[in-house]
Amino acid sequence: MRFAVVQFGGSNCDRDVAYVLNDVCGIDTDLVWYKEGLSRGYDAVILPGGFSYGDYLRAGAIAARTRIMDDVRRIAGRNGLVLGICNGAQILAESGLVPGVFTINAYPKFICRPAYLRVENPKNPFTLLFAGGEVIRIPIAHREGRYIPPSAGRTGTLKEECVAFRFCDPAGNITHESNPNGSFENITGVLSSGGNVLAMMPHPERASEDILGSSDGKRIFLSMARFIEENS
Amino acid sequence: MTDFLVRITISLKEGVLDPEASLIRRALENLGFPTGELKTSRQFLVRFHAENADDARKRAEAMCERLLANPVIHRYEIEVMK
Repeated sequence: MRFAVVQFGGSNCDRDVAYVLNDVCGIDTDLVWYKEGLSRGYDAVILPGGFSYGDYLRAGAIAARTRIMDDVRRIAGRNGLVLGICNGAQILAESGLVPGVFTINAYPKFICRPAYLRVENPKNPFTLLFAGGEVIRIPIAHREGRYIPPSAGRTGTLKEECVAFRFCDPAGNITHESNPNGSFENITGVLSSGGNVLAMMPHPERASEDILGSSDGKRIFLSMARFIEENS
Repeated sequence: MTDFLVRITISLKEGVLDPEASLIRRALENLGFPTGELKTSRQFLVRFHAENADDARKRAEAMCERLLANPVIHRYEIEVMK
């Protein structure tokens, strides 16, 4: 089993993710510069957080149109796992690999703080090791994280099975107060219709060791590894 | 092939929240400019070669579809200036 972490110009969580995968989870992981492409047979690809291309135009817009994204699309197409974290999530949305868009927060400033998430769909490769409705704690750090589904504003346009995580309070209630960025229906983790691509604004790599205050994020990476083991 | 200058304006679709606009509107009001409505948009001036004005418009549309706009939240207007 081998994972790849893609590095774009301006990625800055790439090494954190690779460290957590290699050293904390014990998953062989390569850092891959975007110009190198993903020719090796990777089981999973992670697009890490950061500010690729300075967030110019729109967060993730430029990276989404680089050639390596054709490789990512190809891997997603043959049911490989693709996880986009923060800027990586914005890139996946801009690529059309997940539905909708992540745009400027309702209060337009950068937010960096812990967040509670409710696991809405535990039947996908990324949350196998969680229970449905489980409340986990993973930090967020973004200015453009407000999720808007396709056909903005209308309910029922996004299939419920595509919702992986919602912001919630510590008891798991989905409330206005627990929604830090104004995301539609508190959504902050979105799956592709096939379920093998996940875009999430919170940073699981920053919650992967107890010394960091939470290791809930580690279970996302371990879920991916379990899924690959069971399906290879 | 002729040189064309095209003005592309990208704005938010009706009903999409524009937090920057509401914040700027508030700041204007604080400065004593009562403001009924304020919208933001982004403008690109692009110069390129095209066969004719129609071709220039088509190319500008393709630029919007491929990169400049995000169809989930944006609409765009194109003006072929020369």
